[in-house]
Amino acid sequence: MTSNPPAIVCENVWKTFRLHTHQKLLRQHLTSWFGGPGFSQFDALKGVSFEVTQGEGLAVIGSNGAGKSTLLSIVTGLAKPDKGTVRVDGRVAALLELGSGFHPDLTGAENVYLNAALLGFSERRTKDMFDDIVDFAGVREFIDEPLRTYSSGMMMRLAFSVAVNVDPDVLIIDEVLAVGDMDFQAKSYGRIRDFRQAGKTFLCVSHNPKVLLDLCDRAVWLDQGEILMCDRIKYVLEAYEGRAAHAGA
Amino acid sequence: MNGISQLLTRERSSVNSPGKSKSMWRGDYPFLLKSLILKDFRVRYRNMSLGVLWSLLNPLVMLGVYTFVFTKIFKNSSPHWAVFLLCGIVPFNFFALSWQSGTTSLVENAGLIKRVAVPREIIPITSVLSNCLHLGIQIALLLIVVLVTGVRLNIYWLFLPLIWALELATICGMALLFAALNVYVRDTRYFVESANLVLFWLVPIFYPFSMIPAQFKNIYQYNPVAALVLAMREIVLDAHAPSAVLLTKLTLVSVVSLAAGFLVFRRMKPGFYSHL
Repeated sequence: MTSNPPAIVCENVWKTFRLHTHQKLLRQHLTSWFGGPGFSQFDALKGVSFEVTQGEGLAVIGSNGAGKSTLLSIVTGLAKPDKGTVRVDGRVAALLELGSGFHPDLTGAENVYLNAALLGFSERRTKDMFDDIVDFAGVREFIDEPLRTYSSGMMMRLAFSVAVNVDPDVLIIDEVLAVGDMDFQAKSYGRIRDFRQAGKTFLCVSHNPKVLLDLCDRAVWLDQGEILMCDRIKYVLEAYEGRAAHAGA
Repeated sequence: MNGISQLLTRERSSVNSPGKSKSMWRGDYPFLLKSLILKDFRVRYRNMSLGVLWSLLNPLVMLGVYTFVFTKIFKNSSPHWAVFLLCGIVPFNFFALSWQSGTTSLVENAGLIKRVAVPREIIPITSVLSNCLHLGIQIALLLIVVLVTGVRLNIYWLFLPLIWALELATICGMALLFAALNVYVRDTRYFVESANLVLFWLVPIFYPFSMIPAQFKNIYQYNPVAALVLAMREIVLDAHAPSAVLLTKLTLVSVVSLAAGFLVFRRMKPGFYSHL
C-alpha cells in the first residue's frame, strides 16, 4: 500500500471538563467570584495522539465514558481541545447524534436543505443531490410531511442519506446507524464500503464488532481518556473482547 | 479532473487547537444564512393559522389602543398622531424583539451548536435578520398610514435604508454580545426583558423629542432606538434630512456595538460547548 497523506492528525489532545458547569445563574457566578468553592476537574482526554491516513477507516472503541464522543466532537471542530492540535484535511460530514440540526416542524424536504447547508454544501449541489438523498432514505411519500411525524428510524435514514450523498471527504459517525432496520443497515454499510473504495476517510464509534470488522481497517481503544491500544481492527477487537470477558468473569 | 479535486481537498485543511478561534467550517455562507433564516420564518409562522398576518395585526391593534388612550383620555393636539406613533412603535418593536430573540438564540439552538460545526456567530445574526420580514411588513404599514392620512412622501425617505442598516448593525452587535453572555449567565435574558420594559418609556414613542429636557437630549441621541425614532420622525413628518450629528452618532454606536459584540463573542465561544 502506498503511503497516503494523513486525513486526520491528532496530536497530544487534552480535554478537561470542569464539573459543576451547570452553575449558570447569577447568584452562583457571584458566589464563585467571591471565593466560593472551586471547580473540580475531569480529564475526558489525556494526551490522545493518532493519525488516520486518507482512505482509511478507523474505529474508536471503548466503554461508556471513555472519551469517544468527546474525541469525535474535537475532531469535527465542535469543541476546542485544551492542549494539542487536530488537523483535518478535506470536507467533513459528521453524524454525531440522531437528527442533529433537524427541526421537527419543518418538512423532510426542508430539513434536507437545511442540513446540507449546515454541512457546508451549496444550494446547487443540494438540488442536484436531492432526489438521490430522498430515494436512498426511502422516504419519498413522506418528504413533504413535518419531521415530527417521522419514526426515529426514518429520521436516521434521512440524516444518514444527506451525510453520505453530499459526498464528503471525511465521514464521521457516532453510533447512530444502530437505529435503522436490517435492510437499511445493509444498504448503508454498502454505501460506506463504496465510500471507502472511492478513497475517502471514515471515522466511527460503534459497539457492534461485526460492523467495525467489516468497515474499518484499524481501531483505537480508548480507556478513561487514554489510548490503550492502536492497531489493526482485528487485534484491537480481540483484546477488547478479551478484557470485557475477563471483567465479566 | 481528479487531480484538481485532490489538490483542492488538500487546501481545505482545517486546524483545531486551543489558541485558534477560527471556525473549522467551510462552505456556502449565503446558502447557510438563507437556510437558517428560512428555518426561523417557517418555524415561527407555520403553526399560526393567520401566519404572517400577525405581523400586521399586532401593530394595528397597538396603534388602535394607543390612539384611543392618547387622543380620548389624554388630550393630544399633535397632528398625524398615527404616523407619529408608528415612527416610534415600529423601530422599538423591532429592536426589542431582535434583542430578545438574539439573546436567547444560542441557548435555544444548543443542539445545533453542540452537534454541527457551523460558525457560531451566524446563529445570533440570523435570529436578528429573520425579524426583517416582520419589519418589512410594519414599514409597509407605516407607508400606507402615511399615504392614507395625507402626509406627503419626500425625497429624504431615501435615508431610511441607511439608518435602518446602521440600526441592524447595532442590534447584531448587541445580539452577539448578549447571546454569548446568556450562555454563561442564564439570567441575561431576564435582564434584557426588563431593559426592554424600561426602554419602552425612555424611547420617545408617546412624546415628541422636543419635550425632553435639554440636559437629557444628548444622551437620548446615543440611545440607538431613540436616535432611530428621532431620525424617522425628522424624515417622515418634518420632511428634512436627519442631522449630520445624529447620523454620526448612529454610525458611532453601530461600529462600537458590532466591534464589542464580535470581540466578546470570540473570547467566549471556546466555552460554549461545555456550557450549553
